[in-house]
Amino acid sequence: MTTNTSEIDEIKSTPWNGGRSPFNVEYGKMMMWFFLLSDAFTFSGLLIAYGALRFSSVSWPNPDEVFQSAPGIHGGAPLVFVGIMTFILIMSSVTMVLAVEAGHRKAKSEVSKWMIWTIIGGLAFLGCQAWEWTHLHHEGAWWGANPFLNEDGTVASTNFTNLFFTITGFHGFHVFSGVVLNIIIWINVLGGTYERRGHYDMIEKVGLYWHFVDLVWVFVFTFFYLV
Amino acid sequence: MSADQQHIAHHDEHGSMTKKKIWGVFWVLLGITAIEFFIALVLIPRGVFGQNFANVIYIGLTLLKAFYIVAYFMHLKFEKLGLIYAIIVPLVFIIFFIIWMLYEGNFWMHIRL
Repeated sequence: MTTNTSEIDEIKSTPWNGGRSPFNVEYGKMMMWFFLLSDAFTFSGLLIAYGALRFSSVSWPNPDEVFQSAPGIHGGAPLVFVGIMTFILIMSSVTMVLAVEAGHRKAKSEVSKWMIWTIIGGLAFLGCQAWEWTHLHHEGAWWGANPFLNEDGTVASTNFTNLFFTITGFHGFHVFSGVVLNIIIWINVLGGTYERRGHYDMIEKVGLYWHFVDLVWVFVFTFFYLV
Repeated sequence: MSADQQHIAHHDEHGSMTKKKIWGVFWVLLGITAIEFFIALVLIPRGVFGQNFANVIYIGLTLLKAFYIVAYFMHLKFEKLGLIYAIIVPLVFIIFFIIWMLYEGNFWMHIRL
């Protein structure tokens, strides 16, 4: 009889028996993961549409010719500016993890410092993107307008610019939302909200979102600028 | 939030991502990006690689970067196996969708020609 009871107790103690999170994460963090999974499908949908249209084209504009300028450099410098943008975003991801790490130690001033750097990184990235869009717009590129020729010299369809502005725009909108969220969380850090709460879990949740934005950029960078 | 929930939230967190490890991942990401630039700006112009071969390498390196961001920065590697599977397994639909739509795109090109 005693053996049976202990066996039942053992079964009831499994993580999937109810009463506690089998994933061992806090509710908000789990929901952030599921939101990011759905967002991953959204971005995949956009990038796969790009892939399908590119595969359906005989030729396509060469990214090294389209993206070859940076502030003060008028052409002849492929990948330089997007390299700076990539570096800024990776850097802001690092400052975000450092904020999370400081949050584990409940070091308020350090969390605040790294959040400021992350916000600055996000704003710098948005500034770069604004410059790039303006530059391309001055060259005559916009939704429905494509001044760039295909690699084989034929006139290109507007698929290239439509997809470029839609996908980088959707990503930029995510960066913008991330900066807004980071600012809100930073204000809460300063106000002592998380100190009173006893933990800095919100930094982790907003951090997940921020790293996801970096993750999407890794794919956008490869498929628009390298391939 | 109860003390019990706090325990859940902070379980397994401590010591998994130190400052040293964070900067280690940063250098890996920067290094991979540098390799991509080296391929695009040096190896392809000099004709060491063709564009198609380079594309395969680019995609491999991109997935490697994605792994480092998700596993270490997003901390997924240190979560419960159940959560890891809940996030990673649904992504097989994306692989299916990529194959399906690129095949379809290629077909569209052939009916255009």
